[in-house]
Amino acid sequence: MHGFAAPSLLASLNALAGGLFLLSAFAMLATRQVRGCLLLFIYQSLLLAASAFLLAGEYGSWHLAGVGIVNLISKPIIIPWILRRTLSSEVYSRREIDQVLNIPSSLTIALLLAILAYFLTVPVLGAVAPPFRSANVPIGFAGLLLGAYTLAVRREAVPMLIGILAMENGAFFAGIALSRELPLIVELAVASDGLILVFVTGVLVRTIQHRLGSTRVGELTTLREAAVPREGEAA
Amino acid sequence: MILLALLGIPLLAAVLSATLPGRRAPQGVTVASSLAVLALAGLLAMRTAAQPKLSGAVGSAVASGVHGIAVLTSATGFLAADGLAALIVLLVAFVGATAAIYSWGYMERSCAEEPGRLRIYYANYNVFVFAMLAIPLVVEPTLVWIFVELTTLSSALLVSFENTREALEAAWKYVTLSLMGAGVALLGFLLLFAALEAAGSSTYTWAGLLTAAPRMPAPLIAMAFLLIVVGFGTKVGLAPLHTWLPDAHSQAPSPVCALLSGIETTSVLYVILRLLPIVESSPAAAVANWMPAFGLVSVGVAAFLLLQVRDYKRLFAFSTVEHMGIILVAASLGSQAAHYGALYQVLCHTVTKSFCFFAAGGALLSVSTREIASVSGLIRRSPAAAAALLLGGLAIGGAPPLAVFLSEFTIIKAGLAEGRYVIVALLAVFIAIAFFGILLHVNRMVFGRAPERAAALSVLEKRAEGAMGVEVSRATTALPRTCYAMLIVGGALVIVLGLYLPSFLHELLRVAVAAWGR
Repeated sequence: MHGFAAPSLLASLNALAGGLFLLSAFAMLATRQVRGCLLLFIYQSLLLAASAFLLAGEYGSWHLAGVGIVNLISKPIIIPWILRRTLSSEVYSRREIDQVLNIPSSLTIALLLAILAYFLTVPVLGAVAPPFRSANVPIGFAGLLLGAYTLAVRREAVPMLIGILAMENGAFFAGIALSRELPLIVELAVASDGLILVFVTGVLVRTIQHRLGSTRVGELTTLREAAVPREGEAA
Repeated sequence: MILLALLGIPLLAAVLSATLPGRRAPQGVTVASSLAVLALAGLLAMRTAAQPKLSGAVGSAVASGVHGIAVLTSATGFLAADGLAALIVLLVAFVGATAAIYSWGYMERSCAEEPGRLRIYYANYNVFVFAMLAIPLVVEPTLVWIFVELTTLSSALLVSFENTREALEAAWKYVTLSLMGAGVALLGFLLLFAALEAAGSSTYTWAGLLTAAPRMPAPLIAMAFLLIVVGFGTKVGLAPLHTWLPDAHSQAPSPVCALLSGIETTSVLYVILRLLPIVESSPAAAVANWMPAFGLVSVGVAAFLLLQVRDYKRLFAFSTVEHMGIILVAASLGSQAAHYGALYQVLCHTVTKSFCFFAAGGALLSVSTREIASVSGLIRRSPAAAAALLLGGLAIGGAPPLAVFLSEFTIIKAGLAEGRYVIVALLAVFIAIAFFGILLHVNRMVFGRAPERAAALSVLEKRAEGAMGVEVSRATTALPRTCYAMLIVGGALVIVLGLYLPSFLHELLRVAVAAWGR
């Protein structure tokens, strides 16, 4: 859209990171293995950190470098560790046979979402972004939408949780390009919030597993208006 | 100092209730701390309400909204309280204290088999209250986002506390949808920061945003606002993103429902309310015109869904969706009277809805089922719970002369004065339908016939419902003492607020409207 006159090396590398970031979001949707999903999330977080470092180099911004470091520590290392501690390994070896939609149609919808994300961000880019940032914002937005979509079509608890985390990754992928001066305390707080999130959800999933013998939360559909038994109704 | 203490006390209470030895320690610590918080919040509200009156007109309030209004700021600079924040803090503290006292008796009975789990309950309870107090007090929008996220995380294990299949399902839906919304809102907050930078400012506070708003690029602020409305709208329970709300608000233990429905939704709605004047004074003001439509959809959807509920806690949960819609509509009407009405509605809804869930909890303890049809004739089985349920139903539906009637009347009058006839007419119709729906169900429960039949069925029911509801033997129809106490306090307030609004609260509402910057 903006026509790069002479993209610097950092900018080209950042665009590469962005492309791989988007690819990992698609792959997360297509993977059946729970473990594979977690691995893809780790790759995606590494790419987010890489992009933060590249932008930091481009702008000479310590804030962004800080964002990169916090990401590098919390997401690829601590979050998987917490997940492994709270959930039994049986959860990871699961394969998800049926999603709500089959995978090819899911990927088609995901593709449409990515295109939608691009068009939605065009006015935003026109308003602020110098050309260099134009890779991050649409890709981050697409990451957000794809994460939400993953959440919607998955039925297994851990991939759903990873969908939520991927949404946050997407938001930050766009966010680091939008504002250079975002206070580091915010990033630190968001990262620690992510840890609490994984812990609490992990505990919840573990309880569900103990109680129901499965982590297929997609099958929990008893609560709705018609669900209450009718026998007691006064005729 | 007050502000720091307001946040410090619940945190300390969370630690103490998790660690202090003694069987009654968690309850005692929580009740004591929440009463202290209530006292401090009252003090804060008094101080804010007593400040020199502003020179009436709305225009001057907008102009002086940032600097002219006395704001209590703490030493750290991250915390501040103006009128609007003081109002929300007072309401959080009120529900926090009454629900803590109610919990004492309620949880002791419903958690009799494993008293050890009470520690988990109270630790989470205090963190939850802490997060809700922090939302209005923190001035940095991204930090506000984090506290909103913390309310979800600390209440997740409260929603699933009863560990039944239904409670776990409700908690899972609650967590995933709320966190999904939070993810969307996060991008909104980052865009908001970018808009602020583009306007050449770097004070990322509500006041700073309001000052910089006219210079912000329209696409950025519009996109940021819509993302935040969609994201936090999920958590507030605005239709069509409300689907998790009746589940979570019906499966949680009743005192937690009072917190969730009475104040959590409102304290998240507060963030959207804070953004409204910012958007209205920015170049993207047209986006704010969509808000009445959003609000009306919620009111309408909730009003019709109310008619077909079978579970009385879901009834009150849908009524929360309805009231959030009403507040949003009122907030987005232009006049100061409407804004006063919106905040008045916030006040009345919180007081009334928490009382409704206390009443519902009383009914649940008496008959141990959540099903409307099998509760009929409650007045004979547990007169106290039945009377409370009747009062709660009348009050939340908006029957005169109770509190919600007055606030809804204020809103409708303000809407008519502005000539927004279509909005007001739709609002009035939906409110009337909701009133009818609520009273239809409440009437069946309280006065319904065939209690003998219900009693005969009870064995069958119990078997059929198995996991549903708290297992309490039918013999224990007398409610715990603390539940009685809170039913009396809540009921008295619902009636008194309908008859007259103390001048201190009136001043607080006026100051809050002015501080809102509208």
